[in-house]
Order: sequence, then C-alpha cells, then structure tokens
Amino acid sequence: MANLKPVPSAREFDLSRDSLRQLNLYLHKHAVGEGISQIRVQHPDGAHSIACGLDADLDVQIHGHVGYYVAGMNQLATVTIHGNAGPGAAENMMSGRVHVKGFASTSAGASAHGGLLVIDGDASLRCGISLKGADIVVGGSVGSFSAFMAQAGRMVICGDAEDALGDSLYEAVIYVRGRVRSLGADARFEPMTDTDRAAVKGLLSLAGRSEDPGTFKRVASAKSLYHWHADANQEY
Amino acid sequence: MSGLQLEESAGFDRHTIDYIQRAAASGLYEIRGLGAKRRVPNFDDLLFLAASLSRYPLEGYRERCATKTVLGTRFASKPIDLAIPITVAGMSFGALSARVKDALGRAATEVGTSTTTGDGGMTTEERASSKTLVYQCLPSRYGFNPDDVRRADAIEIVIGQGAKPGGGGMLLGQKVNPRVARMRTLPEGVDQRSASRHPDWTGPDDLVIKIKELREITDWEKPIYVKVGATRVFNDVKLAVHAGADVVVVDGMQGGTAATQTVFIENVGIPTLAALRQAVDALEDLNMRGTVQLVISGGIRSGADVAKALAMGADVSYPPA
Repeated sequence: MANLKPVPSAREFDLSRDSLRQLNLYLHKHAVGEGISQIRVQHPDGAHSIACGLDADLDVQIHGHVGYYVAGMNQLATVTIHGNAGPGAAENMMSGRVHVKGFASTSAGASAHGGLLVIDGDASLRCGISLKGADIVVGGSVGSFSAFMAQAGRMVICGDAEDALGDSLYEAVIYVRGRVRSLGADARFEPMTDTDRAAVKGLLSLAGRSEDPGTFKRVASAKSLYHWHADANQEY
Repeated sequence: MSGLQLEESAGFDRHTIDYIQRAAASGLYEIRGLGAKRRVPNFDDLLFLAASLSRYPLEGYRERCATKTVLGTRFASKPIDLAIPITVAGMSFGALSARVKDALGRAATEVGTSTTTGDGGMTTEERASSKTLVYQCLPSRYGFNPDDVRRADAIEIVIGQGAKPGGGGMLLGQKVNPRVARMRTLPEGVDQRSASRHPDWTGPDDLVIKIKELREITDWEKPIYVKVGATRVFNDVKLAVHAGADVVVVDGMQGGTAATQTVFIENVGIPTLAALRQAVDALEDLNMRGTVQLVISGGIRSGADVAKALAMGADVSYPPA
C-alpha cells in the first residue's frame, strides 16, 4: 500500500501558455484514456472554439471570458464558463450541459439538438435559433429573433424578449416571464397548462433557479406556415 | 378576311400570357425543380484548339493521361484523393430516396470519386456505399451532428446554390415522410422551407471563425470546402479563400435544385461559364491557384464540358447527380 500514489483526476490548461490546439486535442483524444475527467482552463482571454467537439463525460471549467463557439457540437460533457461567452455558445449541442455564468452573445444554443444550456445573464440576438430539441434557460433577457425557426425543444426566458420572438416556430415551446416586445410570424401566446408549469419548474430547478413557474407565459406556433400555397404542378 | 388574329408579342408571348392568366386565376406562385432553362452562354460556345504543328499530340487510347486529383491540400492533414476530376454534387435525402443516395455512392466509389450529402443529413446508406463522402453543413443544419462530421471525409459549408443563390431550400410535404421528418426534426408532412442564412455566423469575418471551429472539431484532419451559388463570384471566391477554405465550389445557375420558385431559378444568378472565369480570376488574383482547389458545377453534361471547365482553370467539375 505504501507505494501507491494518488491518481490525478484533474488537469489544468493555461491558454496564456498552452495552445487551443493542445487543449482541444487533449479533450478529444487523451483525457479519457488518461482517466482525467476534470479539466480546468485558465486565461481563455476570449479565445474561440474552446472545448468544441467534445464526446465524453468530461467536466470542463473555464475561468474567464470566451469567444465564439465555446462547447460547439458538445456531446455528453459538462462545460462551465465562469465569464461571458461570444457568439454560438453550445451551437449544435447534442447532449450534456453548458453553463454560461455571465452573458452570452448572439446565437447561443443555435441548432442545438439536445442537452441543457443555461445562461445566467442576458443572451443577445437569435438565442435558440433553429433549436432542434435542446433546452435553454436564460436568467436574464433575450435579443430579437430568439427561437427563430426553432423546431423542437424548450426555452425558458426569465427576463424580457425583444422583437420577433419565435418567428416561424415549429414544435419548440418558449416560456417567457417578462415583457415581449413583439412576437414573430406565426408565433402566438397560449394558455399555460399544469404540464407547462411542471416543465418550467423542472428546467428552472436544473438551472439552479427559483422563479415561480406560474409567472411565465407560453409561446408556441400557430402552425399557419406549416403548409404554403404554391403552384407545384408545373412540368419539369 | 377572317376574324381577329393574335399578333405575337416579343414581350408578352403566349407562354408569358399563359403564366399571367394562371397566376391571376389561382393566386399561386410557381415552384419547380432543376435549374435554369433559359438560354444562357454555355460550354457549347467554346471549342478546343487541338494538336497540330505547334502542339504535339498524344496517342489516343495508348498513352496515359493522368486524372488523379487531390482536394484539400491547403490545411487539411487528410486531403481527398480522387481518381478522376469529376465528382457528384450534393442533393438532399428527401429530394432523393435512400436507394438513389446508395446508388450514387456505389457509382462514385466504382469510378474512384466522391459523392456529397445534402440538406437533410447523412444517410447510413450513402455513408456505407461511398468510399469518399463530403458532408454538407447547410444553413438549416437539418440532421447535422458531430458523429457524422467525424464519419465524413470532408466538410462542405454551403453558402448557396446556383439555382437559388441566397434562397433557402424547399421540400413539399409529400416528401417529408417519417424518416425524413425524423432526420430533420420536423413534423411529418410539413411543407418545409429551409433557412437561407446560417444560424451561428453572419458574414465572411464570422466564417473565418466557423471554419476554424470545424477544423478544431475534426482535429484539422478533414478538408473544408465552401460552396457558393454563382452571383458575385469574383468577390465571393476571394472571401471564401480569405476565410480559410481548402476548396471552393462554385455552382452556376444551371445547377439543379429539388424545388424553388420558378421566378427565382430563371432570374437570379449567373451562368456557370461566366462564373468559372470569375472564380479563376479571383484565385489568380490571390496567387492561390493550385493551393485552393476549384470545383465547378451547374449544367456540366458531358466529357467535353468537363474538359472545357478544366481547361479554363477548374480542378474538378460536378455533373448533375
């Protein structure tokens, strides 16, 4: 027993010294093999594409602000940003959890298929655009064209929403607590049901929040754009 | 003298009057597939200067002509080798059936070239049958996922198509069957209209960063193509090169689509022949010919068209699928 050394389960990268390529390559190809499950990233200094393309149950803690596409196409991993995030945070996420402790720029959670994205602060334009099944909880407000063409998934907005919320929605559902400046084409307010309140409660709980689910409004598609009126009988 | 006769008008010919009357009666706009049908300058308007006294001929069918083509030599660590400078353009699963995607993959593999996915994601059939498969990243991102990114041999970021540059895709509800709907995360039977803009970037400066993200995700292994519909080709090709593309694909207005508005197909974009000249000029202007490969598509019908496209400076051409 005396010769046994503790096996490290954590590793730190300092992006003022280590390259982004070194970090991402390690996360993609070496961390799991070395038995490392926790990775701490220091001095991100707004770098783009940090921890993108992860495909393992890793816990990545980023201390500072990040640029574009943090945790892009994430699968399985938990990525926490102790700072603000640039455009496209958790874009195309498939599963796992991404938590932005600060604010998020444009297109947060764009086209995300699964998993949970939590933004404690505000999110800018086009949050949840093209959403395909993921859940998004925004502690603050969202910019215009959020949930544009959102196809599936749920979005909880604890603050306000700017113009054209939910434009051209498909089956995704939005829950918004504050003021909505305007709804987008084919989006409409609908009554909250017990199922909706339970869904909001569950998502807020997962995000570590405690707002009253009864104070949210539901926005969903009127489905009037599901079929268009065109003359498709032309000869080819 | 018999009764009044219709005097044919150049501007309001019978076809145009027929269209106006149908549109007025129905209140509907026309949509259809394929590319532009109007007469445009094309490769038939060019002829080869062959061997004579000033050029020495090869012995046809005896001497070898090298046709191997390598794509993605600029940044990718695993470029694509094609046996011939002809490949298969993208067309969506949904517009095409899984059997057709499978057949295209088999045919491409048989002759040593690649095929391309399309809007709607990658089918297991085309991945299995295609030795080399290019995976499109489109504005809709239907079915786009990291597993298929890793399974692909190259990624093609689609900015636009020649048939409808700047326009999103359309797929009538009859084609959105359970499998298509599942892959696209859409309700079955919905008349689907794809986005025309990418959801997570908005211009050439952003595209630089998007390409780097895809390179990071693929560990800089796979070639990244950028495909543009032919409009402002000279500037678009330059911007694609600046953004970091390994390969630029230029699709002229004769290029096909599964469906879009007829008025869009016939009145937007420029012909493949004109687009090719601009694209080559742009690469030469940047001193990038040979470094960034050029793929040309749209109305490529025959070996003669391919040969003319190559002679004008393309590296590869896409015939219609």
